This record gives sequence, C-alpha cells and structure tokens, in this order.
Amino acid sequence: MALLEIRNVTRRFGDFVAVDNISLSIEAGEFFTLLGPSGCGKTTILRMIAGFDLPDAGQILLDGKDLADTPPEQRPVRTVFQSYALFPHMTVAQNISFPLKMARIPGSDAARMLRETLDLVHLTDKSDAYPHELSGGQKQRVALARGLVNRPRVLLLDEPLGALDAKLREEMQLELINLQREVGVTFVFVTHAQVEALALSHRIAVMRDGRAEQVDEPSKLYSFPQNRFVADFIGHINMLEAQVLEPAHGHLRLAVAGLGEILAPPLHGIAIGSKGTFAIRPEQVRIGVHDEVQELKNHFLGTVLHFLYRGDVTVYKVSLANGAVIEALLPNAAQGRAELFKVGDTVCVGWRHESGMFLHE
Amino acid sequence: MSSRARKLLAPARLTKWAVSGPPFVFLLLFFVLPGVIMVIASFRYPGEFGGLAPLAAADPNTLHGFTLETYRFFFSDLIYTEIFIKSFLVALATTLICLVMAYPLALLIARSPKKRRDLMVLLVILPFASSFLIRVYAWMILLGPQAALSQLANGLLGVLGIAPVHLLFSPFAVLIAMVYVHLPFMVLPLYTNLEKHDPNLLDAAQDCGANAWHRFWRVTFPLSLPGIFSGSTLVFIPVLGMFAIPDILGGTGDMLVGNLIKEQFLVTRDWPFGSTLSIMLTLAVLLFVWIAAKLGTTRGRYA
Repeated sequence: MALLEIRNVTRRFGDFVAVDNISLSIEAGEFFTLLGPSGCGKTTILRMIAGFDLPDAGQILLDGKDLADTPPEQRPVRTVFQSYALFPHMTVAQNISFPLKMARIPGSDAARMLRETLDLVHLTDKSDAYPHELSGGQKQRVALARGLVNRPRVLLLDEPLGALDAKLREEMQLELINLQREVGVTFVFVTHAQVEALALSHRIAVMRDGRAEQVDEPSKLYSFPQNRFVADFIGHINMLEAQVLEPAHGHLRLAVAGLGEILAPPLHGIAIGSKGTFAIRPEQVRIGVHDEVQELKNHFLGTVLHFLYRGDVTVYKVSLANGAVIEALLPNAAQGRAELFKVGDTVCVGWRHESGMFLHE
Repeated sequence: MSSRARKLLAPARLTKWAVSGPPFVFLLLFFVLPGVIMVIASFRYPGEFGGLAPLAAADPNTLHGFTLETYRFFFSDLIYTEIFIKSFLVALATTLICLVMAYPLALLIARSPKKRRDLMVLLVILPFASSFLIRVYAWMILLGPQAALSQLANGLLGVLGIAPVHLLFSPFAVLIAMVYVHLPFMVLPLYTNLEKHDPNLLDAAQDCGANAWHRFWRVTFPLSLPGIFSGSTLVFIPVLGMFAIPDILGGTGDMLVGNLIKEQFLVTRDWPFGSTLSIMLTLAVLLFVWIAAKLGTTRGRYA
C-alpha cells in the first residue's frame, strides 16, 4: 500500500476548479514532485496534504487512514514554506527545536535530535544566530531542518528553492537529494521549474488545470511524453502538425506539415488518418553539411535562420525547404567543431527515425 | 570625499536645513528654553505674591537667591513621594487594563479582511472627533448616582447585602476614564505591529504541531512586544501627568502628580516648588522610557 494516497480529490474556489478529481499515490521514501505552471493546483494539493485546506470531494489517506478529521498540528506531515517562515524571534536552534517542544519530547532526546539535525544541515556553528543574520541558503537549511527534526512521515516542500540565485539553487538541489537519501523521509516537492523537477525527483506528476497529465519517472517524461502539453512543458522540443499515413512495418509513416513524409517509431493501435503532432527534441536532431547527415532516413536541406551560442552548446534554427523551422542542438565539444555555421549557410538536418515521436491528440 | 561628491551634496544639505530648520527652532524656543527656565526656577525662592522672588532682593547669604530649599522640601514630606507612587500605580493600572482590553481588539482588526480594517481603525479613533473634556464630563453623568450604571451596581450590591457605593468622585471613576481616554493609544501601535506579522508564521507554527494557544503565546505574543512597549509608553506617560480627569471625576483624596503641579502654579502660586515637582516627574518619565526602551531593544532586535 502506498504511504500517501490522494483519491479523487477535487477542490473548488467559487467557479474555479483548482484541483479536478486527481488521484495520486506516493510511496514511502519517494521524492515525488508536483510540476506545473502557476495556477495548476499543485500548491492547493500541498496545502490539503498539510491540512491547511480541505478537499471538496475525495480523500487523502496516510498509511491508509483518512486525514480529513486531523487538524494540521496533529498530522505527521511537515511543510517547508516558500518564504521559509522561520520564527524571527528565535535562534536557529530554537527554530529547529520548536516541533520537538510542541511534541513534548523530553530534554535529553530533544537535545540529541537537535544536535543531529544541525549536523545534518551543516549549521552547528550557526545554532545561536537569528534568522535575519543568515544567508538565503542558510535560512533554507534551517527551514529544512525544522521540517525534518522529528522525522515526519512526509515532508512537503513548496517551491523551496524559488528565492535562491541560480548557483545556490544548484548546490541546494544536490543537498536536497543527499538529505532525502540520508533521512529516508518521503518528500513531496512542488515546483514550476522543470529542470529542478527532472534533477531531483524519483517521480513527477505533470499538472495542468487541476489534473495530472502524466505521472512518470523523469527520464520517461522527457523521452516519452504522453501528450503535447507534457512534451512542451518538459525541456525544449520541435513540434509540427502531422497525420498518420501508414501505421505498419515496424514504423509509422507520417505526413508532417512543412516537412513532408517522414518515418517515426511505431505506436500501438493507431489508425490511418489520425491527426496529431510530430515532436522531436533538438538534441536528437543532427546538423551538418550534406554528407554527414545523409545516411539518416529522415534528412532535409535547409538554411540557418539564426543561432544562439550558449557556451556548451549552440542552438541552431534551421529553415527547411518545405517551410518548417527545426531547432537543432550542436555540442561545442564535438570533434573538429572549431567552425560554426553562420546565418544563411546551407546545412542538412536529420534524425534517426526512432528518435522522433507522434503525439496523438 | 571628492569635490564632485561635495558639489552634489551641497544642495542636498541646504534642503535638509531648510526643511528641518523651522521645527528645530520651534522646539528650541518652546520646549528646550522653557525647560531650562523651569530648571532655573526650581532653584529659586517664590515671590511674595506668586512668581519668583527677585534675585537682587534675595539674601546674599543664600547663594544670591539660588537655593536647594524646594528639593529639600520635596523629600522632607513623605506626602509628595506618596502622591508620586500613587500616580505611578494609577498609570500602571491604566496601562495594564488598556493592554488587556486593546490586545484582542488589535488582533481582531489585524486579522480582518483588508477592506474592513480601515473602517475599524476609524472607529477606534472616532472618539477623538469630540472634545476630550466633553467626553470626561460625559462620564460624570454616566457614573452619577442617578445613572443606570450606579443604580444597577448598587441594586446588585444591595442583594448581596453590601452598602451602596458612590461611583463618581472615586478612584474607580478616575481609572475608568483614564482607560477610556487612553485606549486608542494602546490599540493603534498594537494594531500597527500585529498587522505586519507574516501569516505564514502561524501556519508554520501550526505545521510544527502548535495548537492555538501555543501559536499565540510562542509566536504572536513575543513578536508583538515592540508594539506592547510603544503602546504602554503612549498610555503610561500621559496618564502620569494627567490632571483633568482626577480634577473632574476624582474625590478629594484622589490627587495625582498632575493635580499637585497644577495647584502649585495656579492656587498656591509657588512656582519654584511647582517647577521642582515638574522636574521630578520628567525624571520619573525618563526613567520609565529608558527602561521601556531597554526592554524593547533587547526583545525587539529581530524587528
């Protein structure tokens, strides 16, 4: 049985349906992420798990027990707030000890748990500091420590890295992964940053308009998105309108707008004439002079429209003969890649037919 | 500082003086100067018909008209110290009652929807729209022997077999009016403080397992200490010097420092002693403010 089960939960605010009949089950020890644009209902779900909000319909079960009648202060669930919400009048040690005090844990045990937790988040030397004396990353760690100090069943994290700058954010991502592995507490993480979600999570629920569009492991979400929204939301992707011509012979023959006929990997139970989207990730598209790409089944001539030099890679936008514009990504570390293509250069783009995908509407 | 920076700052400095100069001069003329005059007056002899005795006519044996006589007199009769202590107790009681009454009200306003808050604050300061004296005289009617309040209180006491009491011209009347007049001065700073509290902190506390009492006692209350201190100061100090309310509503035995000072200047016409009493009062207030500030800063360093 799953540790935390969300069963057909709906939450409305007036006419607005924030969470629409959603069901999720989260396993013990999992790092589970709710990912989606703002307003998709991810924070509402978090607040309902914490108990600050109640579902209009459906159930939330922890260890098989319905939480509906348990107030937030009695749920074995802790939240790390986006703003950290550290108590400004308490020192780091007092902040972290607060849940222990509320749970009436005796002095010697409490002191040990405080010491261990301070150690866990590397804040032992800051234990007497007040929150306003700490940097953003340190405040973040105090908030985490306060959440973890008496080992809740579930730790909810509401965009906890949102307020940090890019460099610190990356560091904290690594720390979060290590921390979660070390304490083994189930994390439910809310974010709108797909890179963060991919880097941290065991599983991700991609949300839109109060519903989960797809729940999967990061690599599956990225490589095998189930629909246009997920494909578009996670990473970069080329998308073109397409229609199925021939669903046979171990591959799919598609007519793609602005591209012509191409081959794509087979899709189970698809009918001739089905309309949908052809999608391919820019890093799967090879770009080169004609001979280099020719051996690929799907290849097209085009001219460089413009390019973005990003240091590690260069992103090319290539305008193809039939009108489509395809984005291709070229690692700058590739051998002999001293010379870059320039705007207006004639190039050839191509991809292995199994790296593209057809998304049925 | 580079000459360029100095050039940039010169007009700024001029503006600064132009803006802060007039109030500075005003305070110098009408606050500092009278204060100095009062200090000097407290070391002189009273004139025969009020005011101060002329320096020239004074006995040369007495330091050319200057003396410590008034201070000696202040400490020689315990009655003055007693009145000071009583005034302190009344001020303290008023402050505490105001605090207990104002806190829930301020909390209620601070946690109301934004739209309703302004209206509620307006209601709190509405009494200022009518004259202070009229409001105090109104209490005279409310507490009078024919008023419903007295009838009710004495009826109740009668049932219990206790002799009827006079509400008016009593310490009770003084206290109730003191509280009534000063309550807004406690509500406003408290509200200003409570309104700034991050509501996430209460969620966080609840999330950490704190029930309603702990959320108040361990989060809201300690964070509101700066508001409590400023409200208490705003109530305590004016009550300490208040003479109108004891004059109007108090009995003969309810004289406070304010009344004593007023009497020295207007009735006894002993200006030096009146000045001495004023200075002692100022010192007492300064001591209180100093203690309040000390407490406020050590507890309020996070604010």
